[in-house]
Amino acid sequence: MADKQEGRPKKATIILHSGDMDKVYSALIIGNGALAMGMDVAIYFTFWGLQRLKKGALEKGPLSKMHFLGLGKWMVKQRMKKANVASLERLMRDFKEMGGRVLACDMTMEIMGIRREDLHTEWIDDYCAVGTYIAEARDSDITLFI
Amino acid sequence: MAVITVDCRGETCPVPLVETRKALRKAAPGDIVEVIGTHPSSKKEIPLAVQALNLTILEIREEGDVWTIRIQR
Repeated sequence: MADKQEGRPKKATIILHSGDMDKVYSALIIGNGALAMGMDVAIYFTFWGLQRLKKGALEKGPLSKMHFLGLGKWMVKQRMKKANVASLERLMRDFKEMGGRVLACDMTMEIMGIRREDLHTEWIDDYCAVGTYIAEARDSDITLFI
Repeated sequence: MAVITVDCRGETCPVPLVETRKALRKAAPGDIVEVIGTHPSSKKEIPLAVQALNLTILEIREEGDVWTIRIQR
């Protein structure tokens, strides 16, 4: 594909520290957007973000604001349905299909007692620590902390 | 030289952009990818993505609130 500029494609690295549903949406939409523009993209799932990689848990996060014990989240989901917004599962599938990489923080896994079998291993490209994140982010054109 | 049509009418951000990218990845050099949609922001963004990928826009058409963008792969 003709998506190389100055010898290498531009790169975006996102750390998803939050597990809130709206923030997971941000990470995946931005990730997909960057891939669609020809960039190389990696999302590093850590802390609460890693919880979202557990089987069936991708949409389980609360809203970051106005959650109102679930009522706020329900209302936002209704509006998203009305606007025909893609589901998080679909966004993740598209992300992987377009070559996006998913990195899982192994320190978080240890702290929170999460085993590989608990996670959607089919989505995860690598289990790693902060050094890998820094190596990725160091030559990225876009770095985001979500 | 094939024409690949991507129909994303009614789809909203980021689906039109994503589906365009997926189609461009699958297309062979010389093919044309034709994207049809209704989302206004996507009509502005898809040309940006095409530019970033060093490809060419052949045509952008609008009929009511449906736009069509033809891209040379």
